[in-house]
Amino acid sequence: MNIPANLRYTASHEWVRSEADGTVTIGITDHAQAALGDLVYLELPEAGRKVAAAEACAVVESVKAASDIYAPVAGEIIEANKPVAEAPEQVNKDPYGSWLFKLRPAEPAAVGRLLDARAYEASIGDE
Amino acid sequence: MLKQTPLNASHRAAGARMVDFGGWDMPVNYGSQIDEHNAVRTDAGMFDVSHMQIVDLEGAGARDFLRYALANNVDKLKVPGKALYSCLLKPEGTVIDDLIVYFLREDFFRIVVNAGTAEKDIAWLRGLLATRAPRLSLRPRTDLAMIAVQGPQARAKVWRALPGAEVATAPLKPFVATRVDSGWGELFVARTGYTGEDGFEIAIAAPHAADLWRALVAAGVRPAGLGARDTLRLEAGMNLYGQDMDENVSPLESGLAWTIDLASPRDFVGKAALLARPPSRQLTGLVLVGKGGVLRAHQAVRTDRGDGEITSGTFSPTLNQSIALARLPAGVAPGETVRVLVRDRELAARVVKPPFARNGKSLLPPAS
Repeated sequence: MNIPANLRYTASHEWVRSEADGTVTIGITDHAQAALGDLVYLELPEAGRKVAAAEACAVVESVKAASDIYAPVAGEIIEANKPVAEAPEQVNKDPYGSWLFKLRPAEPAAVGRLLDARAYEASIGDE
Repeated sequence: MLKQTPLNASHRAAGARMVDFGGWDMPVNYGSQIDEHNAVRTDAGMFDVSHMQIVDLEGAGARDFLRYALANNVDKLKVPGKALYSCLLKPEGTVIDDLIVYFLREDFFRIVVNAGTAEKDIAWLRGLLATRAPRLSLRPRTDLAMIAVQGPQARAKVWRALPGAEVATAPLKPFVATRVDSGWGELFVARTGYTGEDGFEIAIAAPHAADLWRALVAAGVRPAGLGARDTLRLEAGMNLYGQDMDENVSPLESGLAWTIDLASPRDFVGKAALLARPPSRQLTGLVLVGKGGVLRAHQAVRTDRGDGEITSGTFSPTLNQSIALARLPAGVAPGETVRVLVRDRELAARVVKPPFARNGKSLLPPAS
């Protein structure tokens, strides 16, 4: 299972990358895409939406099931990845290259409290 | 403890994602469900269907018993090997299971029932036998495994894997089976399936199932999981027991009127109840108009004639669009637009007559 060491993670299988400009980029992990199976539809949040930590703000649907995607930290959505919404299979092919949305955290330190790669790997092992 | 088919180790060695399917440890996919689906539509794929139960009914009077036990009419079976799809009904006219029955000899019929219902089916049939035909024997064939090889190239690839079987199985017409000797013992080869494609379902002695699986892989047949099996059967407009019909609904409200023989004078279990209660609902197909999500079982459907519900829904790889079977009020007609509640939104869907796709092609009328 591919779990890059330079990212942060949530127990609900989002990956989070901190950018130089203070925003964060969010996608779903390799483990999540494998568990969901072939993705066929993405519903992404509008820019400008304010979200709370752990608020459901996107939906990914595979052939098998629909699954909510949660905001890893509180903040404001600044962009959704429209090209990937048109080609959801990209998330299966390249889960860490196919981000879903970016947000500006309300509290910059919040990202540092998310799981690191080792803790995320352990959390998967418990499932 | 989950039950395992004789092919369990073959699935695991191939990297299958395994799931609990009605108490059986079964492969849902071996990587990409959509690739497996497309392999069956365009080339050849195979499914382990050993969890389904083969039951042999033997003895004088077998046909007469089945005339009463099954809703479809076994008198349609005239040529040895011929198969018939039928429901097994409760006296109340609801569906205990759907099955395929093969006529092999006047004193020998083979029945294939669903995995999750096998136990109750056998108990039900034994009960009927006890009162109507106590001398017939009903034998669950737990010694057999079954592999369904499906797709336009399925038969050719089976013959590549089993060269000795070609002479006996090449003349088989759709929905006909025959027995074939092989190095792995007797095979039961039927030109049947659950995908809307050509192909064979092959029953084999359990100890040799993995040998046959390996030979089919070598012949270029792609293993496919239950995920692809579901999208293929839904595109082909075939019902899934427990989802599209069950013990609470009439087959006449489940798209199965074509399998219910109400015309002949014979009596069968459930007939009186069906005659007494004309259907007020219908099972029909839906195709999502535009995007916005995927149609799924249990989503509510609003029509001008009242509400209904989706019984099976998925994304169709062949149509590149979401499709569903839905139980709707009678009178809602193909071509009409209905509204499906997907999460917090109402999405438009077009009513169509299933099947959606067969033999590799979309069967939908062009959108108007």
